[in-house]
Amino acid sequence: MEAFSYVAAATGLTGEEAKAAQAASSAGFAYGLAAIGPGIGIGYLVGKSVEAMARQPEAAGMVRTTMFLGIAFTEALALIGFVVFILIGL
Amino acid sequence: MNQVTEPSPITMSLDGPAPEVSVTKDMIKRGLIVAPLIIAVCGFIWGMNGAYSAAYGIAIVLVNFGLAAGLVAMTARISLGLMMGAVLFGYLVRLGLILLAVLLVKDTGWISLPALGATIIVTHLGLLVWEMKYVALSLAHPGLKPTRP
Repeated sequence: MEAFSYVAAATGLTGEEAKAAQAASSAGFAYGLAAIGPGIGIGYLVGKSVEAMARQPEAAGMVRTTMFLGIAFTEALALIGFVVFILIGL
Repeated sequence: MNQVTEPSPITMSLDGPAPEVSVTKDMIKRGLIVAPLIIAVCGFIWGMNGAYSAAYGIAIVLVNFGLAAGLVAMTARISLGLMMGAVLFGYLVRLGLILLAVLLVKDTGWISLPALGATIIVTHLGLLVWEMKYVALSLAHPGLKPTRP
């Protein structure tokens, strides 16, 4: 709570406005952090899938199917971060 | 002396049917089947605004799946390197589009953000788990494909 009063004094906002502004910026920060993990995961997943398809093109259909589902499951993590963002920050 | 050259993943392309398109078509069909149920549940909990928001959330999830599949199918025909880049940048672009879709409607009177958020997560994960059951069976026992929904 002390932090809000410092922000309020520094920016000229009221305590409630400062609290809302900090909630919005924290939510945006959390969304950004939540998107990093899935980004790394998708990069790793697709990189390995491309390697597998190049090495064994006859298995490409199977690899692509599991790759696509893997991408969608990994993306769900980012979507959960996004939903937290819209519930807290918007 | 025979030299074995490995194909370069950067230039290699994949022709033939795109499995992710058929997976996505299945998920969209199933999404449309369960949409009335999800809309009814959200309408019951959050009222009419919840029902409208649930419909909007389902549309966001289905369009997101469609864009992802289209991007992979289109770029895999050109090269695997391009596919990898398109998937990674496509991830960023699709997250941006979802954010834009929500920002466009956040101040309208009919939106209920809790309903929209719950619908996005439940629909996305639910459709994936539902589809995975069929994909897992098809991959493990190709001759025993289960009947579609």
